[in-house]
Amino acid sequence: MWRPTSIPSMLAEALAGWPPPVLDPAGPFNTPIVVLSWALFVMAAGVTLVVAIATGLALFGGPTWKRRLGGKRLVWIGGLAFPLVVLSVLLVWGLTLTSRLSEAPPPGEMRVRVTGEVWWWRVAYLDGQGREAMQDANEIHIPTGRPVTFELESADVIHAFWIPRLGGKVDMIPGRRNIARLQADEPGVYAGQCAEFCGGPHALMGLVVVAHTPENFERWRQSRLAPSAPPADPLSQRGAQVFEQSGCGACHAIAGTTANGMAGPDLTHVGSRRSLGAGILPNNRGTLAGWTADSQTIKPGNRMPAYKVLSGADLQAVAAYLESRR
Amino acid sequence: MSSETGFDPKLYDRFPTKGPRPKEELSELKRIWCAPRKWEHLTVVNNNYVGLYYVGAAFLFFVLAGVLALVMRTQLALPLNGVLPQETYNQFFTMHGTVMMFLFAVPAVEALAVLLLPQMLAARDLPFPRLSAYAFWAYLVGGLAFFCSLFFGLAPNGGWFMYPPLTSKTFSPGINADFWLLGIGFIEISAIAGAIEIIVGVLKTRAPGMTLDKLPIFAWAMLVFAVMIIIGFPSIILGTLLLELERALDWPFFDAARGGDPVLWQHLFWFFGHPEVYIIFLPAAGMMSMIIPSVAQTPLVGYRMVVLALLATGFISFGVWAHHMFTTGMPTISVNFFSAASMAVSVPAGVQVFSWIATVAAGRMKFNTPGLFALGSLITFTMGGLTGVMVGLVPFDWQAHDTYFIVAHLHYVLIGGMVFPLFAALYYWTPMMSLNALSERVGRWVFWLMFSGMHVAFLPMHLTGLMGMPRRVYTYLPGRGWDLPNMISTIGAFLIAAGVLLFCIDFARRFRFSADASAGNIYGGGTLEWLPTGLYSTRSIPVISSRYPVWDDPELAKDVDDGRYFLPGTATGVRETVVTSPLNAEPQYLQRMPTPSAWHVWAAVGTAGFFLLLTVQAYAASIFCGVVAIAAVLRWLWDTDRPLKDETADIGAGIRVPTYVTGPSSHGWWAMVILLIVVGMIFAMLVFSYLFLWSRRPDLWIAPPSQSSFLLTTSGYLAAAAIPMLASRALFKWRAGAFVATVLMIAATGVQGAAFWQDFASWRAAGLAPEASGQGATVYGFLALQGCMLAICVLMTGYLAARTACGMVDARRRATFDLIWMFFVYTALQGFVAAMLVRLAPGS
Repeated sequence: MWRPTSIPSMLAEALAGWPPPVLDPAGPFNTPIVVLSWALFVMAAGVTLVVAIATGLALFGGPTWKRRLGGKRLVWIGGLAFPLVVLSVLLVWGLTLTSRLSEAPPPGEMRVRVTGEVWWWRVAYLDGQGREAMQDANEIHIPTGRPVTFELESADVIHAFWIPRLGGKVDMIPGRRNIARLQADEPGVYAGQCAEFCGGPHALMGLVVVAHTPENFERWRQSRLAPSAPPADPLSQRGAQVFEQSGCGACHAIAGTTANGMAGPDLTHVGSRRSLGAGILPNNRGTLAGWTADSQTIKPGNRMPAYKVLSGADLQAVAAYLESRR
Repeated sequence: MSSETGFDPKLYDRFPTKGPRPKEELSELKRIWCAPRKWEHLTVVNNNYVGLYYVGAAFLFFVLAGVLALVMRTQLALPLNGVLPQETYNQFFTMHGTVMMFLFAVPAVEALAVLLLPQMLAARDLPFPRLSAYAFWAYLVGGLAFFCSLFFGLAPNGGWFMYPPLTSKTFSPGINADFWLLGIGFIEISAIAGAIEIIVGVLKTRAPGMTLDKLPIFAWAMLVFAVMIIIGFPSIILGTLLLELERALDWPFFDAARGGDPVLWQHLFWFFGHPEVYIIFLPAAGMMSMIIPSVAQTPLVGYRMVVLALLATGFISFGVWAHHMFTTGMPTISVNFFSAASMAVSVPAGVQVFSWIATVAAGRMKFNTPGLFALGSLITFTMGGLTGVMVGLVPFDWQAHDTYFIVAHLHYVLIGGMVFPLFAALYYWTPMMSLNALSERVGRWVFWLMFSGMHVAFLPMHLTGLMGMPRRVYTYLPGRGWDLPNMISTIGAFLIAAGVLLFCIDFARRFRFSADASAGNIYGGGTLEWLPTGLYSTRSIPVISSRYPVWDDPELAKDVDDGRYFLPGTATGVRETVVTSPLNAEPQYLQRMPTPSAWHVWAAVGTAGFFLLLTVQAYAASIFCGVVAIAAVLRWLWDTDRPLKDETADIGAGIRVPTYVTGPSSHGWWAMVILLIVVGMIFAMLVFSYLFLWSRRPDLWIAPPSQSSFLLTTSGYLAAAAIPMLASRALFKWRAGAFVATVLMIAATGVQGAAFWQDFASWRAAGLAPEASGQGATVYGFLALQGCMLAICVLMTGYLAARTACGMVDARRRATFDLIWMFFVYTALQGFVAAMLVRLAPGS
């Protein structure tokens, strides 16, 4: 159980959180939205001020002000003309931006298929023919400096795909394929989260987008395409055995082994991921063991049963094996 | 002024009458209108009592849902807090939204309408007092049982928006979702019953001379409110029916794999759901437009503009629903339309806000508690409206949607736009029906606690949302900077709660109900509810010639109370009120009003029991309750439609009006027309669903049945629509007309049943199964709706036959027949249109 440290530390954390992700654009699909947002904040503050001042004058102003404000003219000007002008300007801006941001992707753009699952993300990198070339889960790697198309689908209920710093959210709806386009200008890790209530532990359904420079991205891609090495040390080898005997492969796939289950996240590269349990835990041997033993306490309601039957030694071995799957 | 009904407006000059009234007249009026005591009090129908209990029940649900919010805020005060487990939290937030929307906001304003409208319009009571009481009891019994599902862990947990497929059988196998679907069912019935009452009440029971141009703004707002319920609620009624059919019978309306579409639900839900926000706001705005002129002691500035703003809001609000769906991947063209409409709908809100400011400027505002709440509402609602404009712009919405920014926005709008005006109203109108007013000293505390709490709780939430915190999360991880704003929000929530608690204590201490010895007009209001009243409303019904009659005629209160206007006592020795024309409020006839009765109470308990027992799958008990409800309704109706011996009665100053009418001038005709609009809207939404699903997956559609079945079905329905018209003529023509008419109606039922069966059998023969596809689901959906209507026709025929057998139908006494006749024709025509549609569009 997490305990609060102190109010000053909370304050420091809150300040460190500025600017908030939504207003901290990291790519061209969010930057114009942020400009619009600031204009909207200024508009909202300005209009609130106008209304407050008008109310103040109506209450406390002298007879002249009261006479000026106390008639139908105020309703015509303040209630009708003023909003019409402000709203029309905003609307034109909003509509233009909407169509610019919803432009269809050009052919040949890199495509990633993300499928919402309760309560994690299935990731597939598509090749030029639209076939799934690489499988992964809960973590998406993209190159910087060019837009990437995300094909968004759902395997069960409605989810929403949202990386606040990169752009707006798009729903993942069964029976439909929605498109989102995002671009990161700088290398870095961008956090995201499911935004549409999807039941149970919806609160704990995060993901990360990792942006690499184009060269690093290519290097990453090549490493992924190469077959992964069999476990080298005895502990990992034992872990591989336990993994197989415990039936983990019924739900999880690890390329190059007999494990080919499709129900849960692909674990071929689980050791290289930055987080565990769909963006909620740091990824290391300890958390891997803890998650395997009792994921239900960590993320109640998730579809993986707790493997409390495994001995401590077995858990350590499985964790070591998974950690080695990079 | 030209006359609307042929009534001579010069007759108004006879009032106020001269000379004293007979002494026993007032005591007779009191005796007739006195309320039943002890256990029999449960059968009370008078609006003073029913309205008060109704308001009390709505406030109870406000407090209960507020307590849920407090527990949730406690859970969210710290990251990874352990106050509420995940499943319980999901039930809590679902119930908080559902109870606040369905069991608090809508009933609260309907309740205030029941309580205030008769007084404001100087009617003895609303035209269907038993219907109001029925709506109240169904709501109270059903609402309490629904709320109790929380204590058994059976409360719905899919959010108040209930999006499938999360709420479909696959992902919500328990009965929690059924509680929502069926539990909301009777609340919708109750809301629609209330809306019918309000529309007919506002249009038909105004004080003579109160033209639409002199109608108090609150009544205008309630009229628009009720019309919006009539148009908007059928959509959610249909939605809940379809989802329940999918859950219970596996008809795939929302299952994408079989040609359904989860997005269909979102359209149906938000076509109701967004107007719902204005349904809640408009009555509150109406209260503001009543209270501000009183506390500023000057007429509302821009009365006509405000009325136009109410109408415009009602109209535009039906074109904005899909702004809740900007992230669903809709085509850009539709997105743009809904964005523009969302901008447009804020203009009439601006008109009202500036009208209030102008009124404040024109008068001299007193800083009493209603005044404070009104000012607090003005500023808070403005802020909420502005964040509404922000999220109306699509790119910003893509970021803000489903985050705490929206939570902040909607609470600014609903608390600023509805809760604060409601509290202003509670303070303002309490002296009208209580011996004591509420304490001004405590009231200031209540206001400042609630006002500051509101901003402390919800202002930081805008930021929390921009920091990336999604809505509907039972917990969050530390280290994202979300901790501090969440802690502040929690503190604010408890400040609001402290204000509400203080209010409850003060209310319990000072509120003492009294119809005739109330504290009176301490805020100096100028409208009719501030005349001296008893359970019968005003002693006599005044002639109205201005918007603020109490201000403009200082003698009015005394003259009214001395019985110098219409209906100073009782004209026929029973409960009655003057029914007036809809535009100019010219007296049309004297309506005899129902008295206390057990039947509507049984009907309400039966209705609530039917839905709730159905939820827990106690089918036998549920059907029993349904039968009880129907039997009670029929028994309740049996007492109606009884003409008096005297065909006309003197309603004051020698003016005589009929005591029995039928057709378009009668209140029953209006209610039936409105009911048919409700049914028509349900049907229209089903047509929409059909075409929507067809546009999604036409490849799963099969060819319609043979041409011959088409001809048989449609001609059958046309015949079934024509026969009641013959019956109506027959009733006039012969001495035994009633008998002939009844036989013809039985024949019409038979023909309609045959057409229905032919339709059903032809689809079976064509090989369409309801589980097969979106086509199967919607086609059988049409048949199911038609079947229900047909069953009601059968009941009506039986009722008509029984009344004919008892000699209670003839050429003069034909109100019952006329209403049944309208329902029959409508049902047959609906069957005709449905049969055409599913065979011709899409053809194949």
